[in-house]
Order: sequence, then structure tokens, then C-alpha cells
Amino acid sequence: MAKIPVQFRLNGSDRAAFVGPSDNLLTLLRRGLNDFGPKYGCGQGTCGTCTVLVDGDLQLSCLTLAATCEGKHVETVSGMAEGPVLHPLQQAFMDHFAAQCGFCTPGMLTAAKALLAANPNPTRAEVIDGISGNICRCTGYDAIIEAILAAARGGQAKRTY
Amino acid sequence: MARHRGRGMASVNYPIGMNLGGDPSQALIHSNPDGKFTVALSAIDLGQGMKQVTRQVAAETLGVPMEDVYVDTADSDTGPHDMGSFASRGTHRMGNAVIAAAREARGVLLEAAAEELEVNAGDLVTDGRGNIHVKGAPSRSITVKATAQAAQFKQGKTIAGRGIFLIPLSTVDPQTGELNPNTAFAHACLVADVEVDDETGEVTVLKMASAYELGRAINPKMVEQQLVGGAWMGISHALYETPEPYYPDPSHGPRDFNEYLMPGPGDTAPYSVTILERPAPDGPFGGKGPGEMCANPVLPAIANAVYNAVGVRVNDLPITPEKVLRGIKANGGARPQPRRGGGG
Repeated sequence: MAKIPVQFRLNGSDRAAFVGPSDNLLTLLRRGLNDFGPKYGCGQGTCGTCTVLVDGDLQLSCLTLAATCEGKHVETVSGMAEGPVLHPLQQAFMDHFAAQCGFCTPGMLTAAKALLAANPNPTRAEVIDGISGNICRCTGYDAIIEAILAAARGGQAKRTY
Repeated sequence: MARHRGRGMASVNYPIGMNLGGDPSQALIHSNPDGKFTVALSAIDLGQGMKQVTRQVAAETLGVPMEDVYVDTADSDTGPHDMGSFASRGTHRMGNAVIAAAREARGVLLEAAAEELEVNAGDLVTDGRGNIHVKGAPSRSITVKATAQAAQFKQGKTIAGRGIFLIPLSTVDPQTGELNPNTAFAHACLVADVEVDDETGEVTVLKMASAYELGRAINPKMVEQQLVGGAWMGISHALYETPEPYYPDPSHGPRDFNEYLMPGPGDTAPYSVTILERPAPDGPFGGKGPGEMCANPVLPAIANAVYNAVGVRVNDLPITPEKVLRGIKANGGARPQPRRGGGG
């Protein structure tokens, strides 16, 4: 089948690739562009660990056709830190022990980033709603919720989400 | 139709490691030319924190900063054999193997330093900050890094250590049936408060509190983290997770996260944990480790709380609304049980 050329921005850098018409964004990111931030969990949009932002909107990259990203800006967890300086959410996740095995962490961080961009001062219930599409098997969620609330309280002055 | 509150309790005495022993763990440690150490294990860290715990144990035993120890795990091709990460054995078995390896490596390290300083190795101490000096004479000192380089490039010595920890397999005495099932037991007690809706059969966990005695908490924050996460898994096992229903046969069972029910971030309950430390005589720095017992007492405590709330004894997990409702119906209505002890 003919390959489709696709060009988009990935974490601020221009990228181009040839993709099949049914290739999903997750496969392109991981196999084609070596961005191993988003994880392959269920492959059917129920676990959330492949979550990325496309033009600022939360998307499950396993369910997003790569070809539809033409001209868009894709942000993954790999672009959150600025060099050695962690994003406030990443720092808060570390400070609050919000990761154990770490497999859900890329999706959790990305969902949290989208949440705080839309709602810089979320309530606990809004944080729960914001990560309700992401499954975590280790932490029991509490540490993650606390980390996101802490980042919302402390991170605003340093950075706009 | 009403919501009934109930309280349940459960305690657990949890054996650390394989029943009857016979489950070895091994560790190999070597120094690098920069004075840092690599610990090779085949055991895996699946998020419980074994890498961090063995790193602390290795650094403490070697007498070097924790930052100077790297733990390499989970390659059974290049690491020494290990029975694996199960049976809550990581901290105890692997920690002890790492101590043994680190002791041997420390011995060579001090010998190499002694040769450089022209003193007796027995007179040397480490300061835990990367220096080795003569006891009582801190100015007669050499860095771990300089020692490692001297050992490798001048003395032709390998600063390394081998460690194995094995509790030999216990036999059963044919006369008395006596055996030694385990050397280290951890303990816990957990109380769960639930609310049961006698119209829908739904069980909501309102809050939980527990006390865990698991030897020395080598990394207290990670112990707490593991206990909190494990308790959530306990709630999940008690109330949600099952490959059933098999209507009409197993091919109709859940196949993915759409159909396999798990609690989400909105289904957690406030949980307070108290950690008690009674160091184990044969544990690494007294550690036993939390492991599987994080989840264990949650299940019976919730089952007891459901009984306390509506008088229904559910004997197979998970405690689904259907089972609760059938029990209430069989009893001719909800039968809240008396609640002993304080409220709150």
C-alpha cells in the first residue's frame, strides 16, 4: 500500500515520515521516531499510557491515525523537561512518590499537563476526573492525585502550563 | 432501603520468602575505575523499590555514598542466579546477598587502600563520603576513587565481592512432623469501614487504617508507598476483579480493560498506615519487607465489614453487588450486626 508523507512538530522539532494509511501515531512515535515516552499498554484506548497532546488536546496515540497529524504539534512526555530541568509536574511526581513501576507515568503526566493547562487550580475531584482515563496498578492513585494538586499549587509562578 | 455501615478487621502473619526455605539469591559487586560500584542482580524490580533498597544496603555495607552505587537488575544472562521477585522475598533474600557481596568487596577495597597508605587494613575505616582513613587519624586518608584506580592500574587487584543468601531447605522430621517453615515473619492488622447499599448491593470502602510490622523499614517512604498501593489492590481484589462472569461459558469472560473491572482514581479510600519496626535478626539491617502482605489483610477485613454491615457472609471473591443482594434476600433483609469497640 502506498505510503503517505506526514510532517508535524514533535515536542517543538519538525519531523517528517512516511506512514501507512492505517499506521497509528503510537507506532510512528516509538518505532519510526524513537520517542519511547508514550507506552504501548492495551492498544485499544482503555489504559491511557500512550496519551499525548495533539495541538494541546489529549489524544490516545494508539487510536490516532498517524496521517491525521499532518501539520499539527504533537507533545509527548519526552518533551516535558527542559534539559536537566524537570517540569513542575515531573518534580511533583518525584516529590510525592507518585510512580512505582512507572509504566502509567507518561500518560499520567500528559493528562495532568492538559488538565492544568485548562484548569490551573483544580479541585481534588477535578484532578480525579482529569486522570480517570489512565489506569495505574501500583500506587493506588492517591500519590498521583496529591502530586498534581501540589504542582497546581506551586508550579504556577514558575511556568505557565 | 438504606445504606448500612460496617466495620471489619483482619490480621496477618506473613512469612517472608519461600515456605521451607531453599530459595537462594545471589549478588555480584565490582568497582569501576571511577571508584563507583556496580551491583549485578538477576532479581527484578517491578516497581516495589528493590533497586533502591539494595542500593542503600550495598552503600551502607561498602561504606560509600549511595550515589556511588549502581544496581543493575533483571538480566538473567549476565547477572548471578536468583529465584526471583516473589513471596515478598526481595528485601530479605536479595538484601542479605548484597550484604555478603559488599562485605567481600569492602575487604578488598580496604586491603588495596592499606597497601597505598602502608598501614594495616584492619586499622582502616570509611567515612561514607568516599574516603578511607586510618582509625583516629583522619589525615592519613585516601579516596575510594584513588584506591579503585590504584587497585586496578598499579596493584592488579579486582575490587569485587560475591554474595549468596540461602536458607537451606527445611526437612520434615518423620517422627514429629516438625519443620522450620520460615525464619522471618512480618505482621499486620487492618481495619476497614464500609457502607453497603441494601437496594443495589454495592459496597463502598469509606476508610481504612492499618499497622504493619515489617522489620526495619529500610526506605520508610517507599514502604508507605508500597503499602498504600497494595491496599488499593486489595480493595480491587475484594470488590472488583474477576475473570467471571462466565455467561454462558468462559469465552464470554472479560478480555480487556473495558470488561475487566478495576477501581479507578475516584474509588480510593482514605487510608492511614502506621509502620512498626521490630528488626529481624536475620534480615538485612533488620529488614523483612512489605511485599504481598500490603494487599492480604484488606480482603478479609472488607468481607468482615460487609458481614458487620448487613449480615451477609460472602465466601468467594470478589464481593459483587449480586452476591451481596442474594445474601440479603436469603436472610429476608439486611441484618446489621452489633458493632463492638469504639466508633469513629
